[in-house]
Amino acid sequence: MSLSKIKFDKKLVLSFWIILIALIIAAPTILPVFRLNLLGRYLSLSIVALGVDLIWGYTGLLSLGQGIFFALGGYCAAMYLQITSSSEFPNNIPEFFALYGVEKLPFFWEPFRSPVFTFFAIWIIPALVAGLIGFLVFRNRIKGVYFSILTQASLLVFFNFFNGQQKLINGTNGLKTDVTQLFGQMVGSESMQRMFFWVTAILVIASWFFAKWVVKGRFGNILIGIRDDEPRVRFTGYNPVIFKTIIFSIAGGLAGISGALYTVQSGIVSPQFMTVPFSIEMVIWVAVGGRGTLLGAILGAVFINYAKSLVSEALPASWMFIQGGLFILVVTALPEGVLGWIQGDGPRNLLQRFGLKRKIETYPSLEINNKEGNNE
Amino acid sequence: MNNKDLLNLIDITVSFEGFLALNKLNLNLKKGELRAVIGPNGAGKTTFLDVITGKVKPTKGEVIFKGKSLVGRKEHKIARLGVGRKFQSPRIFENLTVKENLEISVTTPKSPLNLINKSIKDEQLNEIEYLMKIVNLAQKVDSKAGSLSHGQKQWLEIAMLVGQKPDLMLVDEPVAGLTDEETDLTADLLKSLSGENTVVVIDHDMEFIRRLDSNVSVLNQGTVLCEGTMETIQKDQKVIDVYLGRPED
Repeated sequence: MSLSKIKFDKKLVLSFWIILIALIIAAPTILPVFRLNLLGRYLSLSIVALGVDLIWGYTGLLSLGQGIFFALGGYCAAMYLQITSSSEFPNNIPEFFALYGVEKLPFFWEPFRSPVFTFFAIWIIPALVAGLIGFLVFRNRIKGVYFSILTQASLLVFFNFFNGQQKLINGTNGLKTDVTQLFGQMVGSESMQRMFFWVTAILVIASWFFAKWVVKGRFGNILIGIRDDEPRVRFTGYNPVIFKTIIFSIAGGLAGISGALYTVQSGIVSPQFMTVPFSIEMVIWVAVGGRGTLLGAILGAVFINYAKSLVSEALPASWMFIQGGLFILVVTALPEGVLGWIQGDGPRNLLQRFGLKRKIETYPSLEINNKEGNNE
Repeated sequence: MNNKDLLNLIDITVSFEGFLALNKLNLNLKKGELRAVIGPNGAGKTTFLDVITGKVKPTKGEVIFKGKSLVGRKEHKIARLGVGRKFQSPRIFENLTVKENLEISVTTPKSPLNLINKSIKDEQLNEIEYLMKIVNLAQKVDSKAGSLSHGQKQWLEIAMLVGQKPDLMLVDEPVAGLTDEETDLTADLLKSLSGENTVVVIDHDMEFIRRLDSNVSVLNQGTVLCEGTMETIQKDQKVIDVYLGRPED
């Protein structure tokens, strides 16, 4: 990479962060509560997108089953909220159990009485499940499209299981969180939602730093190596199975955090989080934003979802067409995604096409570097 | 088999659905030896490397490296035991810089924890600098490996191989697509590596093999046809028949 490009990227990233942080700080004052809540939800989705970027953009593992881990995080949070708010219900257990004649709390609910346990469960349980699924799949050298199919099949298994377990987790109805209590306040209340917005904003930034730390340096280079030429990585003495399991597990943990934040801001967790289209959408956010850029994943998740709600309000039923069109546009015209296009030679090529910039006649690296005075 | 041998291939047979890619192949390598392996297309040269590096499991036979059997071991374990491989077409990580490619190869231990926790050791950085000098890539440290010329890619891969510090280097067609000058430099480099390392070179290029000035094994139909110096094998009637071409009369 040439010097000029690195500087350009740094400036771009820095200005992005300044704008983003300014917007986040301003958002609670300029946005009505309804919009603020939507923004909070979409910001929480950007955390699962970061995970998708780690496994797909960097490591080349296209998972169509991130909804599993997203939903697991959501269920962990919702179980804690339900159980701590169930003192006025029969048997001191969440209200829905009475519908199915359950009188005793199922055993796996017990640990969720503890806020500390829940705090860890939200990310550790999805990470462990992801690690286990990942290890079994990667150890058997299942890759490429077979991996994608397998993750989607796992998603369907989880979806059907959660859908059918009325007596354990209220099945298809899911677990509501908006009328539960946290710190003596209703979770769905305005002040709590404001608080969740701040927590989400901070966690998005923290997750970005974490993901950045993971991909920088030699560990990240091995991930890229696995994506580009896995056998070569093996013959150099690395065991790709371990690396893939770790990164898949990290993505699972991020998905769990994302799911928990999304749940408390949308007021419910249900098996709908594990539908096939939703997990595919996660991939689309990253594809549109820009694979392997991290920032692109965040931008893609927030902007596509915000656009989805705006478009759906104005023109109901047209969103699916727009989303499909967006995906086709990215696949055909911007394979690196919007951010990848900006970071690459996209803008220069576009300006050239309209005659606003001189065409490059020799090798780009020679001319651009000389012209901008970067003689390395 | 004796103690000086680094590698023994004993009666290796590899069968792909009945087709015998290797057929009772026997080959012994001494420590520090430079050995060239030649043979017509389909003679089993690449399968021979695949068996040693664990990519292909032999149907029958035994591979002994430093007194240990390699059969059934995973590729990365074999690599860690000290077997390094350079592929036929240059296989480098094109989206990483030259330096990052070399970092991947010199890093030890190759565990995720080491990679994520610690920064690279100083002696490994020195090693990288040294490697970049010997393959003339010092100017290209921070260039993407994908932007290198074909010859530079070949050399980068050889540097990565050396950086792994293997006891046994398996080099598959290192001079394919190189200029004459580059070919000569590569031959000198490989010769200088042997002695300390054991090097196996597979190639078609007879001029190049001659320059290596080493023992040559000729493979044909999955088995070793003949072994000896370049002069001996060039006079061998069997070799002349199968490899150098039967006179068309």
